[in-house]
Amino acid sequence: MSNDNIYKPYLMRIADITEEAPGVRTFKLEFANPEEGAAFKFSTGQFGLYSAFGEGESTFCIASSPTRKGYIECTFRETGRVTSSLADKDVGDIVGFRGPYGNVFPLEKWKGKSLIFIAGGIALPPLRSVIWNCLDLRDWFKVITVVYGARSVPDLVYKHELDEWGKRTDMKLVTTVDPGGERPGWTGKVGFVPHIVEQLAPPALNTVAIVCGPPIMIKLTLPVLAKLGFGKNEIYTTLENRMKCGLGKCGRCNTGRSYVCKDGPVYTLAELEKLPAEY
Amino acid sequence: MTDRYTLSESGVASLLDALAKAGRRVLGPKKIAERIEIAEIKTAAELAKEGQSTVSAKGTVFPKVERLLKYRFEGGKNVALEDVEPNARPTVLFGVRPCEARAFHALDVVFNWDYKDKFFNQRLANTTVVAITCTKADESCFCTSVGSRPDDPAGSDILLSPLKSGGYVAEVLTDKGKALVALAKAAFQPLTGAAEVVPAATVAPAFDAKLLERKLAGKFDSPVWLEQSLRCLGCGACAFVCPTCVCFDIQDEADTRQGQRLRAWDSCGMRLFTLHASGHNPRDKQSQRWRQRIYHKFAYYPDRFQTLGCVGCGKCSRACPVDMNLKQHLVEAAQ
Repeated sequence: MSNDNIYKPYLMRIADITEEAPGVRTFKLEFANPEEGAAFKFSTGQFGLYSAFGEGESTFCIASSPTRKGYIECTFRETGRVTSSLADKDVGDIVGFRGPYGNVFPLEKWKGKSLIFIAGGIALPPLRSVIWNCLDLRDWFKVITVVYGARSVPDLVYKHELDEWGKRTDMKLVTTVDPGGERPGWTGKVGFVPHIVEQLAPPALNTVAIVCGPPIMIKLTLPVLAKLGFGKNEIYTTLENRMKCGLGKCGRCNTGRSYVCKDGPVYTLAELEKLPAEY
Repeated sequence: MTDRYTLSESGVASLLDALAKAGRRVLGPKKIAERIEIAEIKTAAELAKEGQSTVSAKGTVFPKVERLLKYRFEGGKNVALEDVEPNARPTVLFGVRPCEARAFHALDVVFNWDYKDKFFNQRLANTTVVAITCTKADESCFCTSVGSRPDDPAGSDILLSPLKSGGYVAEVLTDKGKALVALAKAAFQPLTGAAEVVPAATVAPAFDAKLLERKLAGKFDSPVWLEQSLRCLGCGACAFVCPTCVCFDIQDEADTRQGQRLRAWDSCGMRLFTLHASGHNPRDKQSQRWRQRIYHKFAYYPDRFQTLGCVGCGKCSRACPVDMNLKQHLVEAAQ
């Protein structure tokens, strides 16, 4: 009988904190025990349970790319008890991490194709991991496009990286903010993500679309992609159901026969349509 | 071929003595005030031989609240983790109903289908189950509709069948059962001659679980879930008394020096269960949560684990403060 405690987290030291947007922070986390860090592996798309000791655990994706070794990053918005406690932490403080859990974005399968990433608001972090992973394997893919929208300019996360992506010649970045969310000097687009995708009209041929955002954005973007000719097996998303264990036991993320923590969080639209819309 | 013995009433007393001497904790159904509870059994007279306990025996292997982790806040910024063991005491679950014994399998599949949960596994490994055939059932019972019966041996290490002349026939079904007999050899006498057992209770089948599963495939959007659950309070009582409900919560309790991470029973019937931090709730309505309860047990479980998430004990129906009767609701759903 295995005597491992599957609920025991790694201890992680906060190596860096980036303020991304109002109430939104990115932690760079290093393993307090370097041996654990050396043995740790994950793939893009996976997530973990992050703990503020004394308050509890919260589920976020791993927002960094597995091609960047020695650390992981997570980006979270200060919302509840755990994220508020995390937001109070400083560089050098210890937090917990359990993972990696869940399935992965199938990069091998995407080899030789063009990719379009479509993200809204605080849903860029899960896609940031896979975007960096694909950029670090740039010759695997043809055209790489990122469409990212937020309510307003201050709400855009990873602002420094957006600048970097905007300057790169081997990818195309389109940023947009909701009408009224623009600020003086804003050079991106103004409009809702689904409209921007419609205007951009990316060719569907040999292209995979990866969509992540608030439910309303996903709901309105999918018909646009269908009209452009994207097949249901060529559209991917990642779900964010509430979780407690991440191990396929606590029952919280159960949707149809699927445990989002085990069978997901990454689903194609074809897979998603087989589940009840409880996500 | 199972080993069969007789266990007389005085044999039960000597068995309990032997178990106490061997350091075994004995839990079983015991009448406390007006309810039957699963509690420590010290004398044979304390055992409630008939009727269903209010809360199931699930807590023996999956406690209401249990510690998963301890930690200390050390000087400066450091945290020290302390792994914890379940400290599973060798336990004999004595005199429970066969449905309680059968239910452990439905917990086992969840705790072990992928990651292995040592807390559950150590408790289960240290638990010997001695069930008593049901000789009395009530209107809420429906074990025969979910593939079981009042004298179902599944999940028991020893199954006792009451004898008309008093005492029991003891069928020893597993190695754990044999080990228990070995601890109290004098209590178990070889079975000689014809033993006349009290007939098992009659539980008329109410619905066909296979048919129900097929019907559920096309009933997700049926108005039946709203109709059935309009009076549901979302209190979670059904899940808390259930022998197979396995959903749980994980919470921290801490002061400024130390803390612990605890697991506690939870229920899909509660609104907070699926509520996202954003305020979005995938199962926002009580009818959606009631439907999840039915589908999880009677559609998703058989699909994923080839077993039902229900043993037909009827505890949920007896506990429901607004008289929702699972058997009746399932009969309706299977139409």
